[in-house]
Amino acid sequence: MKLEIRNGRLIDPSVGINGRDEHVNLYIEDTVVCSVGQEAPNGFVADKVIDAAGKIVAPGLVDLCARLREPGYEHKATLESELMAASAGGVTSLVCPPDTEPVLDEPGLVEMLKRRGWTLNQARIYPLGALTAGLKGETLAEMLELAEAGCIGFFQADRPIVDTSVLYRTMQYAATYGFTIWLRPEDAFLARGGIAHDGEVASRLGLAGIPSSAESVAIATIATLMRETGARVHLARLSSSAGVELVRRAKADGLPVTADVGIHHLLLTDRDIGYFDSQYRFSPPLRSPSDRDALSAGVIDGTINAICSDHTPTDEDEKNVPFGEATPGASGLEMLLPLTLKWAEHANVPLPTALARITVNAAEVLGKSQGRFVAGAPADVCIFDPRAFWAVTRETLVSQGKNTPYLAREMQGKVTHTICAGRLVYAG
Amino acid sequence: MLTANPQLTPDKKLRHLLTTEGLPKSLIENILDTAAQFVSVGDRDVKKVPLLRGKSVFNLFFENSTRTRTTFEIAAKRLSADVINLNINASSTSKGESLVDTIDNLIAMDADMFVVRHAQSGAAHLIAKHVNAVRPNVAVINAGDGRHAHPTQGLLDMYTIRHYKKSFHNLSVAIVGDILHSRVARSGIHALTTLGCPDVRVIGPKTLIPTECERMGVSVHHDMLRGIEGCDVVMMLRLQNERMEGPLLPSAQEFFKSYGLTAEKLARAKADAIVMHPGPMNRGVEIESTIADGRQAVILPQVTFGIAVRMAVMSMVGAGRGDAA
Repeated sequence: MKLEIRNGRLIDPSVGINGRDEHVNLYIEDTVVCSVGQEAPNGFVADKVIDAAGKIVAPGLVDLCARLREPGYEHKATLESELMAASAGGVTSLVCPPDTEPVLDEPGLVEMLKRRGWTLNQARIYPLGALTAGLKGETLAEMLELAEAGCIGFFQADRPIVDTSVLYRTMQYAATYGFTIWLRPEDAFLARGGIAHDGEVASRLGLAGIPSSAESVAIATIATLMRETGARVHLARLSSSAGVELVRRAKADGLPVTADVGIHHLLLTDRDIGYFDSQYRFSPPLRSPSDRDALSAGVIDGTINAICSDHTPTDEDEKNVPFGEATPGASGLEMLLPLTLKWAEHANVPLPTALARITVNAAEVLGKSQGRFVAGAPADVCIFDPRAFWAVTRETLVSQGKNTPYLAREMQGKVTHTICAGRLVYAG
Repeated sequence: MLTANPQLTPDKKLRHLLTTEGLPKSLIENILDTAAQFVSVGDRDVKKVPLLRGKSVFNLFFENSTRTRTTFEIAAKRLSADVINLNINASSTSKGESLVDTIDNLIAMDADMFVVRHAQSGAAHLIAKHVNAVRPNVAVINAGDGRHAHPTQGLLDMYTIRHYKKSFHNLSVAIVGDILHSRVARSGIHALTTLGCPDVRVIGPKTLIPTECERMGVSVHHDMLRGIEGCDVVMMLRLQNERMEGPLLPSAQEFFKSYGLTAEKLARAKADAIVMHPGPMNRGVEIESTIADGRQAVILPQVTFGIAVRMAVMSMVGAGRGDAA
């Protein structure tokens, strides 16, 4: 199968090719990129041609956190619904955290998930295994077995490791095999009972606060233990200015650390909670405008490697309760691209740089080769119309999770084609 | 996303009462003026006016309270409403029913007004939003939501201050104690700043003062002797038993030593300063008995005015148009 994508503005964020003024075609053979250029390679006769005139041709998006809710939470979403949402959002690779029910702490569960995903034939699924058995934060999960079953790293999700000696041992053990540990940095005691950023808004609304120090204390602890154990760590979902600064310093010190931020945290703040709007409850919480600006600066200078959707589909009942009882998080797979474009525009970031944070830089965190248009690279492509508007509604969202602060709002930037491993998985 | 103030009608009349924050000054003054007309109802032989005749008021208390529920019940009965008291924590939620489902059931019983107390901040807002969508003529009055707001208490405190001090424009008001967990303090602060009070001070240890509290328009003091200096009004707050010993405070005795209202401390305030407390009081923890029973205390008048203020609010939201009938 030979596929030609012609007349589009090709952006390869890994090398900065920016086809603004010229048409650069993309030639795909079977599952990989064959070549990029004005002319088809010798002997290449396309079986199918996609005309991308007026559109941007970018690598398929790599999302570092998308909850697919299987097994165990099928009332919130299913693998089928969420993989379709991924395709509709231009996402061709996604990392799924282990906070399912049961949690992904057994090789059999990981194999089942990969098999189910494989038969649905859409985005590539990269599972994260549980860091501790049952995510209880007490005993080590079988990391070696889980890695052999296909886990690309080990994550404690939103559950705390209260006992620092357990954290220390998980890092030592993972370092034995060179596995990457994923941690959402949050001190369990400082965050205990908190539901919003500890600041002006939480004080006014009478919501129990989670101080920024919950994040910085955790990062300081993790960085110290990294020095002792040599473990590689990915810090998931940074939320504070102080957190960004600590990661910047850790990187300057040469620690093997990477980091990501959820897209909503680059655009929203605790001010947006308004009158207790539960669509704005997140874990970690939305923080102040200065935190948001520091996160944005961190993404621009590369302190934060990648932007993710932190896709968290829930049913409406779980948001239609008092703010403090609402399930945190938002549906995000279909908004990752348009919201990243919106952020890039607000923050005055060149398009290739913004796209790099949701493609090649995210793939680099995983040690994968996606996000590049070079011969032999995986043929994962996202074609989008940067000028097209679409309304976010219960009907237009493919995800089963309709929980988003952007419901009834307009998005600019619409995916028109998604190609995963050379196959057209979405055409909108 | 910020939306229009959910407790006001498009023409800025009272639709629900959820918080004192964002209420126009003229509306607060209107409530206080209406309350003044109701104060005398309590002195009559027949303590009733027919403003809410035929209306059903549901007292929905998800958190235990005898005092507040009783004053709402008296206020509703004096307005000739039918009152149904429900202590929900003992029934539905223990069976797993959601808050919104409970409300839908009570709406099906033709409720006209909900008086709601709930442990979660924002619960009253959620109910008001839901009611607006399914039965727009039903009114919601917040009788205390978590740490957030207790607007009828805030308004009755304003009534009391206005009664004794006439005007807010040259007043210094000190609010003392557990500000962090106090919905009474928040409702008082917003009402005072709206009414033009130029000097609102909050006094307490750092563990009981909310982060960035100054942004609410108050000054923060940790030394009570200095904080109370020259005040016209001293509002003491209740310290919950469960907070007297733990990570926030070492002991009730130590708290009393720094922040309990004694004759010595009160002497720093103006000679004609009034002393308020939302009740129930912990004598010897927040306030010395001689002060609580002394000539400057207006704690019992607060209770009496509270009924009139609640009548005013109920009559205004119950009129449907957001105005007194």
